[in-house]
Amino acid sequence: MLEALSTGLRLVATLDLRLWEIVGLSLAVSLSAVALATLLGLPLGAALAVGRFPGRQALIVVLNALMGLPPVVVGLAIYLLLSRAGPLGELGLLFTPGAMVLAQTVLVLPIIAALARQAVEDAWLEYEEQLRSLGVDGLRGALTVLWDIRFSLLTVVLAGLGRASAEVGAVMIVGGNIDGVTRVMTTAIALETSKGDLPLALGLGMVLIAIVLALNAGAHLIRDAAARRYG
Amino acid sequence: MNGILPLQLEDVSYAAGGRKIIDRVSLALEAGSSTIILGANGAGKSVLMRLMHGLLAPSAGRVVWNTVGARRRQAMVFQRPVMLRRSALANVAYALEAAGVAPASRERLAREALAEVGLLAAAARPARVLSGGEQQRLALARAWALHPEVLFLDEPTASLDPGATREIENIIRAFDAAGTKIVMSTHSLGQARRLGDEVIYLHQGRVAERAPIERFFPLPATAEAAAFVKGELPWA
Repeated sequence: MLEALSTGLRLVATLDLRLWEIVGLSLAVSLSAVALATLLGLPLGAALAVGRFPGRQALIVVLNALMGLPPVVVGLAIYLLLSRAGPLGELGLLFTPGAMVLAQTVLVLPIIAALARQAVEDAWLEYEEQLRSLGVDGLRGALTVLWDIRFSLLTVVLAGLGRASAEVGAVMIVGGNIDGVTRVMTTAIALETSKGDLPLALGLGMVLIAIVLALNAGAHLIRDAAARRYG
Repeated sequence: MNGILPLQLEDVSYAAGGRKIIDRVSLALEAGSSTIILGANGAGKSVLMRLMHGLLAPSAGRVVWNTVGARRRQAMVFQRPVMLRRSALANVAYALEAAGVAPASRERLAREALAEVGLLAAAARPARVLSGGEQQRLALARAWALHPEVLFLDEPTASLDPGATREIENIIRAFDAAGTKIVMSTHSLGQARRLGDEVIYLHQGRVAERAPIERFFPLPATAEAAAFVKGELPWA
């Protein structure tokens, strides 16, 4: 066990190429998925927070429930969509990083949209009268609030990133864990553990945790600085 | 261009949660004089002004301005102003943008408005870190930049110290001098006398009395208003 740990550390310290390829792909897939989900989820959440239309409450309940989507189920659904016989089979995306980005976007989007909806709705209580008095309402008001609470929304995006970087089920199914093509940190850890190659698994685990910590620390610093700067 | 005043309220009622907050109010507001809305807590002062300003829709009755497009030619300052997380200048510029003012003239107009309320030196500071009194002055600058024909003020100095209150009152006088109709609710009878020309006294959602300031305070016509003036005076 100790030996495995020290070998793992050595792999990290010596910038083992195989390890860093996996780390790089993981980051590329998860960050792309979170970027897409943020782009779609923030306006969607804001529109839900500010809009008033029939079925809104039901939509919010569904969205909140979707936060708990099981990654393997999403993986399976995307797999069926992208498989050769599926409706999107022509794209030839299955077992590519593109498919993994798509699956993680589907997983992360409800988290970002639902948390953004809550954040914007809380803020809207404070802003609504003032903005409407200035003649701003609807979509424009939602965007103003979204921009005004942008630093709080960092936490929302981080929650999405946490989900994306930690999940293994969806990327395993649609990516296939192909060495050098679609192998990411979580799928590699699962594989190496089952093969008994604990050093690589541990090394990857440490890198994964370090990355998540660093991202959260960065976001915390930004929020802190913003709070001091903008109040 | 025709003025947006007079403003007519025709049998306006407003109910929320089964309770009538405003009960069949009919009145006309004319240009010129400053109108002070007085009444105990819960009498409906804030709701009445929100109905006039269009933030609330009446449950019954009509709110009619003299001209169409009146919405953009009025402004409101709240007890607690909401500032956006950007500079003081950008907050005023945002209001100008919302009012459809061309980008080229926004900064100049915003600076003029900040100068008017004595905040030009704070133009670049983030609005949310200004003091309560400064934020309220910034709210007035935001209104000033729009050159409204009517300015609604909902207890604008309720949470401010005497110094800040004096500054706010001076700015309100400047609005009045510039020809803006002032419609203000307050709990300070001293403030009502300093700034007002006439009083609308609300009691349980109805206009109990409307009178010129110099008549209202010595001789309130209704028992409710008399009790209010008597009860409130020690704290005025």
